[in-house]
Amino acid sequence: MWWQALKYELILAYRRRGELVHPLIFFTLVCTLFPFGVGSDPQILAPLAAGILWVAALLATLLSMDLLFSQDFSDGALEQMELSVLPFYQLVMLKTLVHWLFAGLPLVLLTPLLGLLLHLPVTQVGVLMVSLALGTPTLSLIGSIGAALTVGLKRGGLLLSLLVLPLFIPALIFGATAPLAAARGEMPLAQFLWLAALLFLAATLAPLAASLALRMNINDD
Amino acid sequence: MKISWTWFHRWASPRWFFQMGGRLLPWISIPTAVLMLVGLVWALAFAPEDYQQGNSFRIFYIHVPAAILAQSVFMMMAAAALVSLVWRIKLADTFLRVAAPFGASMTLLALVTGAVWGKPTWGTWWIWDARLTSTLVHFFIYLGIIAIYSAFESRTTAARAAAITTLVGAVNLPIIKFSVEWWNTLHQPATFTLSEPPAMPTEMWLPALVMLLAFYGLFAVLTLVRMRAEILSTEFRTDWVREYLEQRHVL
Repeated sequence: MWWQALKYELILAYRRRGELVHPLIFFTLVCTLFPFGVGSDPQILAPLAAGILWVAALLATLLSMDLLFSQDFSDGALEQMELSVLPFYQLVMLKTLVHWLFAGLPLVLLTPLLGLLLHLPVTQVGVLMVSLALGTPTLSLIGSIGAALTVGLKRGGLLLSLLVLPLFIPALIFGATAPLAAARGEMPLAQFLWLAALLFLAATLAPLAASLALRMNINDD
Repeated sequence: MKISWTWFHRWASPRWFFQMGGRLLPWISIPTAVLMLVGLVWALAFAPEDYQQGNSFRIFYIHVPAAILAQSVFMMMAAAALVSLVWRIKLADTFLRVAAPFGASMTLLALVTGAVWGKPTWGTWWIWDARLTSTLVHFFIYLGIIAIYSAFESRTTAARAAAITTLVGAVNLPIIKFSVEWWNTLHQPATFTLSEPPAMPTEMWLPALVMLLAFYGLFAVLTLVRMRAEILSTEFRTDWVREYLEQRHVL
């Protein structure tokens, strides 16, 4: 049952890959804007690079959240999932996981390339990737609550960002300070552990809140 | 021991709340007005000057109550959100809807008075101090909750969405507070600390206590007035509202 649901989600995400590329393009574009904004001097860019990449990845994740439930909500598939034998929150978690695989993981994999553009010091690349790999699933999970709340709205995107961005701050703090610690020659173990803790907390609570919010929107009409 | 549940049920009924609230209102608003007046005059004119900061510290008599209210209103909202989600008590939703703008304005007031005090004392309007930063984030969370009410057309959906958001915010606030503090100590050693005098003389903290009580009173009065107005608009189809309005010659 679980595997069937997973397979269904994977196929669906794969068929929609065109749409899921948009956040990646957005990520690349935002990173390209910064040299124009702050100057292309490597000495200015290098210390900022990790922070820029983290904020850009955060915004790209936020942007991709609109796609998480909207289609299944509008064609009624979500209502069927709610009636499924599997607990609804598990399906919500599954959807978020698959969404991260297609929209979040590529961001992590793209980071070294964009780091090159922003003169990210080589010593920080690995740490940044680990911190993004631990941090972006948390962002997706928190974002899933916002996406679930705003799925019934015509223009929910702006409200989604208002609701979710303040909650992204802890992940951003631990995520963006990890490469800085690496730059000082420290092992950012504390940051990684905190990011993992946030991830576990989000994985436990966010699907519950998101399924509650989805039920609210399903029963609304 | 037997708990009288009827007492709770009665207070959960909008009609009862409206009527009793109306009767209670003068008993809260008059003491609040007195406290506010006494507190303001006492704090701004008669409380002794601070030996270091002179008169500029007097803004704290507004700043501290506002900051305390900003936090405790959110606690009350989280409790109301839980009540609304678990027991579906409509009054809890009404409270949430009414309290959110008040909490947001208190947070803004705390931020602005803090900045006004910071300029002569620290020489800057804003620093990314842990407490300031988390108050700012707190303000954003309030704004998100308020934004929900204008985004959803259906009142009941908006109320549920606001309740969920409030609870999610309540879980996240301690995490945000902690992470901001961690970030702050990592980035910049504490340049400025709110150095509290070790022992405040009584004539200095007593007006602060009066102001705090006055602010709580103000919250109670405004919440009651606005909740009653909300009840009238949500229950406008019922007979008792019609009767009430006819008595008042509104209809």
